Order: sequence, then structure tokens, then C-alpha cells
Amino acid sequence: MTEHDEARPRAGWPLYEVFVRGKRGLNHVHVGSLHAADDQMALRHARDVYTRRNEGVSIWVVRSAAIVASSPDEKDSFFEPSGDKVYRHPTFYDIPDDVPHM
Amino acid sequence: MASVFEQTIARNERIEPRDEMPDAYRATLVRQIAQHAHSEIIGMQPEGNWISRAPSLRRKLVLLAKVQDEAGHGLYLYSAAETLGVSRDELDEMLRTGRQKYSSIFNYPTLTYADVGTIGWLVDGAAICNQVPLCRTSYGPYGRAMIRICKEESFHQRQGYELLMTMMGGTDAQRAMVQESVDRFWWPALMMFGPPDDDSPNTAQSMAWGIKRNTNDELRQKFVDMTVPQAKALGVTLPDPDLVWNEERGAHDFGQPDWEEFWQVVKGNGPCNAQRLAHRRRAHDEGAWVREAASAYAARSQHD
Ligand SMILES: [Fe+2]
Ligand SMILES: [Fe+2]
Repeated sequence: MTEHDEARPRAGWPLYEVFVRGKRGLNHVHVGSLHAADDQMALRHARDVYTRRNEGVSIWVVRSAAIVASSPDEKDSFFEPSGDKVYRHPTFYDIPDDVPHM
Repeated sequence: MASVFEQTIARNERIEPRDEMPDAYRATLVRQIAQHAHSEIIGMQPEGNWISRAPSLRRKLVLLAKVQDEAGHGLYLYSAAETLGVSRDELDEMLRTGRQKYSSIFNYPTLTYADVGTIGWLVDGAAICNQVPLCRTSYGPYGRAMIRICKEESFHQRQGYELLMTMMGGTDAQRAMVQESVDRFWWPALMMFGPPDDDSPNTAQSMAWGIKRNTNDELRQKFVDMTVPQAKALGVTLPDPDLVWNEERGAHDFGQPDWEEFWQVVKGNGPCNAQRLAHRRRAHDEGAWVREAASAYAARSQHD
């Protein structure tokens, strides 16, 4: 499941999520969605809709229905394991200020 | 106890698609985002009217790029609306059957080429005033769509203003054409912010939900204050005898648009309402074979 709930009515062409790499060295970032008849059309339309001003050097499109996502209802229990592990953060450790390069 | 939704709004954090939200919040967003998307799509028509008659290749390229952007804006917004559980096909149908509205400004005709410049300056200018605060709207996908749109609107306004500046540097007839165009678009541009606050019953709820960040009258005032010096630099007058700087308020006083005319256009009785919808329906019908061919091609290549 994605931002677009699968339960909603879906006539016509499938929905694709679009991810754009802004420039070399950056991750692909989700920018929106569009409908297309097939994968190639989804890529072309993604280029026309989301990169009219050189916003990207690479595009991924993926059918929305193929994305697996955590559910907001599980928020607490799903992310709980990392909640109490303060020792994973550098600020957990007291080091005297005069120790250099730490 | 306050719901998770209310707490999120109170913390000024964003609501995301699969969060719990009140039905009325969802319905308000669908209506507002859809109306906004439809406005971008219908908004291509008045300017599209001049693409084939633009006076030079440069002007034609600029106008094409601008109109293409508006198509893109419509698509960003449909994408945001769809995250609320309404399908693109439903939205498109509601536009074509007149069950959802679009901004009334696009029901006015573009009679002269100067209108292309005036629309960029005043109509896109008013849209920018409306849209910048919406980048901080409480619904995540809507705010993100607005950020993309706002980045592109500045080009729209500047190309329009530059077009008018060029015409103002031309012949007397060209200057008169600009003034006549500004006279026609000034009041409809002020109407783009919606009815006065006293007459806008849904504003309070929308502001409580963080969907809207400013009232209609606040935004209208901001637009007038921004536009007056631009008009002066351009050398045109704004057709409002009551428009005057108010030292005490630190803002301009100005007259009210004809709200009776506004409601008539909203109800469908503007100069171009029928024409705009008929054109949209015709474009949809005439594109049917393209959609069918693309679907058939996709189905066939899947089997190969
Ligand atoms: Fe736009
Ligand atoms: Fe625009």
C-alpha cells in the first residue's frame, strides 16, 4: 500500500509513483504520481510532468500497487524497538570537552 | 481528549494520506484541490487561444511553455487529490459534467494579444498570492504540490509583465491595448480571492484545520498592495477611483468588485462558461481513440 489507498476505485490506466534523482550523488526522491497505460508511457509522462526544467538526471516509476508500506496505525509498535535505544546516538556518551576530534 | 488528528494539527504538523482524518476535512480538501486542479486545466484555454497568433517565434515558445506548465500544475494537483481516495477519472468527469467548479477568472475571454500579458501579470500574480501560503497547508501532498507550482509561477508572472512592458514601449495603439486589457481584467483578478470574509462561511473552519492560512480579504489586500507599484512602473492606471494609499493603515484602500457579477459567473452565466466546458468535453471525446490505442498497445505488449 502506498499513499494511494488500494481500496479506492481504480478505473482506467494504472497509477504509477514517480521518483526523481535530482543530480548525481543524490537519492531518488518521491515527487508524485501519474496514470499511464504501460511502463514506457509512465516514464515518458514522468519526464514531461516532473522534469520540465532539468529537475532530474534519472527517473524511476513503479506501479503504486507494487509498493509495500508500513501502516500508520502500527506507528507506535512498529517503530517502538528503536525508541528506547538512546545508546545508539553519539550524545549518549559523555566525553570531556578538551578531548580533540571527537 | 483530542484525537490524533487534532493533536497533529495543533502541533502544526502535516496530515498524510493514510492518517485518520474527519470526513469533513477530507471532503473539503477534495473539493478545494479538485477545483484548483480544474482551474489549471481550464486555465490553458484563454491563453491557448493566442498560441497560433503569437507575434514572434520567441513569444510563441514562451506561451507554449507557460500553457504546458499549467497542464503540469493540473496533474500535480490531481495526483494530490487522488491520495484522498478519489480517482482521476471521477475528478475529470465531475469537471466535464459541471459538478465541480474551477476559478471564475477563466470564464472571461481573451480579446486581444495584450490579454496574454495581463493574465501573466495579474491572474498569475493573484494566483501566486493565493498559492504561496498554501505551501504550508496542513495536508502534506497538497502542500508539496503547491511548492512545485510556486517555483514555476514566477516565470509566468514575469513573462506577462515583460510582454506588457514591451507593448508599453511601442505605439500609442499598443499602449491603449494594454490599458484596455488591464481595465477588463482588474476586477475579475480581485474576485479570484473569493467573496469578502463576511460572506465566506467556510473560511473559519478551513483556517482552524490549517487548510487555509489567510482570509480572502487579507490576500486581496496583499495583492493590491503588491500590484500598485507594478502598475506605476508599467505606466498603466488601475480602473478604481477609490484606490488610494491609506497612511494610517499602511495599506491601500480600494473599491469592491461587483459581487453580483461574481456570483453570476460562479453560477455558470459568465461570458465563456459554456464555451470552456464545451471545449473541454470535445477535447476529451476527440482524445478517446488515443487512449484506446494506448490501452490496446499496452495490453498487446504485455502478452508478447
Ligand atoms: Fe498554474
Ligand atoms: Fe501560472
